Amino acid sequence: MNSTILQIAARYIRWILIAFAIIALYRGHNEPGGGFIGGLMAGLAIVYRGFAFNAFQVKREMKNRPEKYIALGLSFILLSFLPSVLKAETLMTGAWITLPLPFTEGIKLGTPFLFDIGVFFGVIGVTLLFVFSLTQKPQE
Amino acid sequence: MLQLIIVLLVFTFGVFFIPGKLKKHTAILLALVQTGAFIFFINQVDLVPQKSAVYSINEWIPQLGLNFEFILDGLSMVFALLVTGIGALVFIFAHAYMKSYSGRTKFFFFLMFFSVAMLGLVLSANLIQLFIFWELTSVLSFFLISFFHEKESARKAALQSFYITGLGGLSLLAGVITLGSIVDSYSINDWLSNAEAIKESSLYFPGLLLILVGVFTKSAQFPFHFWLPGAMQAPAPVSAYLHSATMVKAGVFLLARLFPVLGSTPEWNFIIPLAGVLTMITGSYFALTSTDIKGILAYTTINALGVLVLLLGIGTSESIKAALLFLFIHAFYKATLFMVAGLIEKKTGTREISELGGLIKYMPFTYVIAMLSLLSMAGLPTLLGLLDKELIYEAQVQSPGMGSLILILGVTSNIFMIAISLYFGRKVFLGKPKVWDKTPDEKGWAFLIGPGVLALLSLLLGLSPSNLGNSVIQPAMTAVYLEDVEIKLKLWHGFNQIFFLSLFTIVAGLALYISMIRKKNLLIKWRSINEFIFRIKFEQVFAWLLEKFVVVATAKTKTVQHGYHRYYILTIIAFTSILLWVQYFYTENFGFDTEFTLRPFYVSGLAIIIIAVSIASAVLRSRIVTIIAMGVSGYGIALIFLYYSAIDLAITQILVETLTLVMFMAILQRLPKFAVLSKRRTRIRDFLIALGFGSVMTVLTLKAVNVNLNRPISDFFLQNSYTRAFGENVVNVILVDFRGLDTMGEVTVLALAAIGVYLLLKPEKRKL
Repeated sequence: MNSTILQIAARYIRWILIAFAIIALYRGHNEPGGGFIGGLMAGLAIVYRGFAFNAFQVKREMKNRPEKYIALGLSFILLSFLPSVLKAETLMTGAWITLPLPFTEGIKLGTPFLFDIGVFFGVIGVTLLFVFSLTQKPQE
Repeated sequence: MLQLIIVLLVFTFGVFFIPGKLKKHTAILLALVQTGAFIFFINQVDLVPQKSAVYSINEWIPQLGLNFEFILDGLSMVFALLVTGIGALVFIFAHAYMKSYSGRTKFFFFLMFFSVAMLGLVLSANLIQLFIFWELTSVLSFFLISFFHEKESARKAALQSFYITGLGGLSLLAGVITLGSIVDSYSINDWLSNAEAIKESSLYFPGLLLILVGVFTKSAQFPFHFWLPGAMQAPAPVSAYLHSATMVKAGVFLLARLFPVLGSTPEWNFIIPLAGVLTMITGSYFALTSTDIKGILAYTTINALGVLVLLLGIGTSESIKAALLFLFIHAFYKATLFMVAGLIEKKTGTREISELGGLIKYMPFTYVIAMLSLLSMAGLPTLLGLLDKELIYEAQVQSPGMGSLILILGVTSNIFMIAISLYFGRKVFLGKPKVWDKTPDEKGWAFLIGPGVLALLSLLLGLSPSNLGNSVIQPAMTAVYLEDVEIKLKLWHGFNQIFFLSLFTIVAGLALYISMIRKKNLLIKWRSINEFIFRIKFEQVFAWLLEKFVVVATAKTKTVQHGYHRYYILTIIAFTSILLWVQYFYTENFGFDTEFTLRPFYVSGLAIIIIAVSIASAVLRSRIVTIIAMGVSGYGIALIFLYYSAIDLAITQILVETLTLVMFMAILQRLPKFAVLSKRRTRIRDFLIALGFGSVMTVLTLKAVNVNLNRPISDFFLQNSYTRAFGENVVNVILVDFRGLDTMGEVTVLALAAIGVYLLLKPEKRKL
């Protein structure tokens, strides 16, 4: 499956998809979206590019070690526990800060968002590991 | 008390951090620690009041009734003194004994850890906590018995004793929980104040039996006694410490501890003396015909444990007094004798009694020490031993029920004990010296300190027993019997029944001893007769049972765990649907409260499409079309979600569906051509199972719509999502905040699954 059109399209579409994924991740707390959905979208974007460039790309992706994403994701989740642990509250009690931005009410950031980022990266890692493990050729 | 245990534990683990120069003195340092603990307890002797006790509690999991509870009453005091005092002496002995072995640090660590565990056990006032220490002593005993692990016999013996005491430990836990459920507490104080309720409960008997199994295994009672001679594979300090003075007494300790709660019932007064008396006679009988000096001592230990259990089982004030005193005396002389046996083994290189003789020439001090202890074991005049023999007789005369039987067996076993004690001393120390690889000597001061001090103590205490009686035995008596009983310890009671019994025992014992020495064939013949009668050995039966157990377990496991994924899935699905159907018929509620409607038409249209493609995917024979059909049904479901405004769900469904499609397509290339391989019957079976499961899920879904067991939790989420979690998307707030821990679990599971897939499918060997 070596289609030039697909390859060129993949280059650009991938970034668009990843941008959408990040938007989905960010807006998730108030509107449809979230870490799981964002993670799946971003994962699919990378998978899409991998497929367009076929075996060569798959091999490269595997060399990048998708399991790193999983580790990153789980670390974010642990990080989001930290404030509640330090404040000796019930585990996962949310902690929020408001970043002042001109012309708006400011951006509210909190540990649930950190948690969502963790889910995001975890899902990317899982998706990539699944797909690329399944598609790499046995005698590579 | 908890602080003391923690400090001792710190010392225990400190063993590994002793700097190089001091390393060879590890045992001496630990002996100092033990001495410190001993002095701590000695100082408390006068403080332990007659009726109450030093008690401390630190909460651990109070909701479950688990707390660190310690009590230092008279009974704990007796054991604490033994554990620390004999501990110190044993460590000094071990310093000399272990010199030539590698792995000493490990050994001393285990021995020290054991002594802490034992101390924790005897100070426990919470029975779950007691169980934990109890198991700890079993585990550490395993490591200590198997110290010479390059020998197969040592490994086997360690495993055997571990299996048996471990089994007993589990039974003890079950018993503690059973009895604990009556009063809803595991604290010994609560048990004491509710003793009558426990005794009257229907759970009393099963609970007692379970606890007794634990006691009998730990204290090597018949028919579990055989692990103790096996445990003689351990180094001599271990035998002296664990298998004579402390660990094997844990069962006795527990009996004494629980006596005020569970004692003085017909069950208690029947089962326990019976086990005790059988153990007593078994021990003394086999001691006579053993050939290994440590083996002889092990069997005499079994005899002593039998006597202790018997006395506690009889449960009169006299018998408990005798038990407490005997506990002390036995620990003194038996630890001494084991250390002497270790010394002899070390210096001559053998433990066989037939290869020993004339050692008095080379080891005069050892001879004196050993004779003092042996006379104490025999129960001959002027030593503590006699005093106790008389008390025991007195107790046995008074014992209710089986009195005469117990007395006859008691006298017999004492005759055996006198004979074997004298025979032991005569064979090992007197007579013509044998030839050994090296000339034995007594060099090494550390060898003699331990046994010397203990022998001297038992001599002194035997001459003026009232001190011991007043300061230690009296409070212990109060703790066990809960009443003030006057304790008078003296050697001369006057010409009464007991006196003549003692006299008869001594004369008969001497006669047996003389005939054993004179007629050399007697013992040999006796042994061969024994071999014949006891062809089937307990340890062999046990090993056989264990082996068969493994065989049966392997066969059963192979049937259930066949390793075929498809059959696991099939079993799970089939059983789930059967159970659900049964439950469904059982509730006999067949109607649906749901109204069926075809409106709006686009939802019903979608449903029809989904059903159609589902059927198609099951029937079609082109893989690509099948996968696309499954995809269509997935996207259809996503659209239905969308109609009911579950947008997050719909997006997720679409993405997951896409991913699944992609993955299927990727794998498709690898698969061989489509072929019908399954039989018609298999397919019909699969069809039926699928139909059953599908229908039960359908019914379940339809029923679930109308079942509300509790007020739905969704209201809470809706109300609090924005106000408390600052999120308008309730689904997301639930995922990352309200039920965040679940999400974390799911992400972790996904990660593990992904790593599993990666490892299974990785093309080349690569480290993750």
